[in-house]
Amino acid sequence: MSKSVYREQNHSYDDSVLHYIGQAAEHGLYEIRGLGAKRRLPNFDDLSFLTASASRYPLEGYREKCETRTVLGTRNAKKPLELDIPITIAGMSFGSLTATAKDALGRAASELGTSTTTGDGGMTQEERRSSKTLVYQCLPSRYGFNPDDLRKADAIELVLGQGAKPGGGGMLLGQKISPRVAKMRTLPEGIDQRSASRHPDWTGSDDLTIKLVELREITDWQVPIYVKVGATRVKHDVKLAVAAGADVIVVDGMQGGTAATQQVFIEHTGIPTLAALRQAVEALEEIDMMGRVQLIISGGIRSGADVAKALAMGADAVSIGQAMLMALGCNSDYYVQDGRRCDAGADYAALGTAPGVCHHCHTGKCPVGVATQTPDLEQRLDPEWGARRVRNYLQTLTMELTTLARACGKSNVHNLEREDLVALTLEAAAMAKVPLAGTEWIPGVSGI
Amino acid sequence: MESLTSTGVAAQRFDLAATTVRELNQFLHHEVDGSECIEILNPAGQHSIAVGLDAPVVVDIYGHAGYFIAGMNKQAEVTVHGNVGWSVAENIMSGAVRIKGNASECAGASGHGGLLVIEGDASSRCGISMKGCDIVVGGSVGHMSAFMAQAGHLVVCGDADPGLGDSLYEAVIYVRGEIRGLGADARIEPMQEADYAKVAELLIKAGFDHDPKTFKRVASARSLYHWNADHFQEY
Repeated sequence: MSKSVYREQNHSYDDSVLHYIGQAAEHGLYEIRGLGAKRRLPNFDDLSFLTASASRYPLEGYREKCETRTVLGTRNAKKPLELDIPITIAGMSFGSLTATAKDALGRAASELGTSTTTGDGGMTQEERRSSKTLVYQCLPSRYGFNPDDLRKADAIELVLGQGAKPGGGGMLLGQKISPRVAKMRTLPEGIDQRSASRHPDWTGSDDLTIKLVELREITDWQVPIYVKVGATRVKHDVKLAVAAGADVIVVDGMQGGTAATQQVFIEHTGIPTLAALRQAVEALEEIDMMGRVQLIISGGIRSGADVAKALAMGADAVSIGQAMLMALGCNSDYYVQDGRRCDAGADYAALGTAPGVCHHCHTGKCPVGVATQTPDLEQRLDPEWGARRVRNYLQTLTMELTTLARACGKSNVHNLEREDLVALTLEAAAMAKVPLAGTEWIPGVSGI
Repeated sequence: MESLTSTGVAAQRFDLAATTVRELNQFLHHEVDGSECIEILNPAGQHSIAVGLDAPVVVDIYGHAGYFIAGMNKQAEVTVHGNVGWSVAENIMSGAVRIKGNASECAGASGHGGLLVIEGDASSRCGISMKGCDIVVGGSVGHMSAFMAQAGHLVVCGDADPGLGDSLYEAVIYVRGEIRGLGADARIEPMQEADYAKVAELLIKAGFDHDPKTFKRVASARSLYHWNADHFQEY
């Protein structure tokens, strides 16, 4: 009988690492992909609510009112945003997404009384028309940025960075630079577009102060100005943005998505949304600006439970990108045409991927017609069908949010508080600064 | 307050020692119909003067001004009789902005259209990310000018510091003096008849009397248009 050899897995060089090294050796280029971090990170699932019992009494789940109205931008703007729900749709560009997808997101947001956001590439007529409340992003590239659209916006979001790639600029590969995208961005058709990582007309927080005033002057101080940061040095960034005059701070955590960037950015930069939110709240508390400057958190928000936990931790609202795309059909194994379900499996296979693990937004060959500029793929997404799904998704999140709030005894979702939460893991307890379940212990804050 | 301009047209005068920039901009946004001449006194380095204009008014600013002067300008003709800070005429869409003195960094950043004339020198990143505007600089420009410039023309009558035209797209640069270093993917190309004509046209508009044949053309080699391993240090 021959001696057997135990085939021990090498944890430093597992299959994924071997694949990475093989690809790097083969091509001499880093990998570019879409969506967000795939690694396991502490997140809102690691928190749980202490709902009512003898020491607290709940509201009746179906009969008692639970307010969801949300007001953003009360600090300087003459016209703050008044939203029906604290769940907004994050900035995603026309170019990365189809005009149809942007239209569908706008329709759904308008039906639920919330806002959508433009992206790198400017404002499309479709999204302005379909979005009752539209936030206009001012990004380093300034693609398509102009004063006419600026004045059509209901709010302005000055983007310093995003969670998927803090410190990095944008990318849109040539497959997606269609004639319309090229025209909007003043670029040659079909080139691999790189966006700047820094704004072209200011540098540093003192300049930011002056820039925000310029935008306010151009818009006659009418609309709120958000400042969006990718979550890295969150405390410093939030305080600087507030000092610069921001009305609303948007913090985008490590799980935030992108249409395309280097994988090394997506998986190895920034801090998880859970930690970022706590730091942002602490920053506002330390400068006594909680409630005067509103806070929006984004990056991996997926469910009504996530929304409720974010609000309990101190956010005024959340912003969702990737999950909205999934509601539109991203990573689904089918798309719908003329009322029929059509199998998309072969198209995923042609990309070398499969439903459920696809992150090939950068290729422009989205099998379900969400992240493409190819006409025959774009027509796979029907805007009415997409809008209905996004509306249903938003509605479900809101119902889950109010259900949890009522169970905590709150008649307003904004009354959820940190005291309502416990952590299920040590990491989450330390990052969110809520007690480990069954203890009074907050690592780094309280004793054993 | 009203006065007469050198052409005898009635001018509305604002003294920024007594009026706020916000009051001035509100007036310029809502109270002008296009026939007015506006004189602004005592800018004293204040920022965001005459931003977001969208009417064919004539605006003269007497003195030195701060950041973002005439930002996002449409239609208006704005002249600063002095120096300006960062990002004059940023995102200019149309009209004309003239600086009689020098301009600090990022002049004409991301400009989509119209004309920016700087009679003196411009600091670094002049014409950064420009998207179709024309810029004429009577003196020299600082480093990294026309960085990632997408469309339009930058005419430099003096010298250009290193990094000129780094990562250019389709904008074209013309330099009369010394080019102290080109950025990634920028190259000097032969002047063609169309280049001479364009330089002559812009010099006339700017009011400079130089021979177009003394200018050199800098444009994109377009080798970074498609992402590949041969240019790994450029990304």
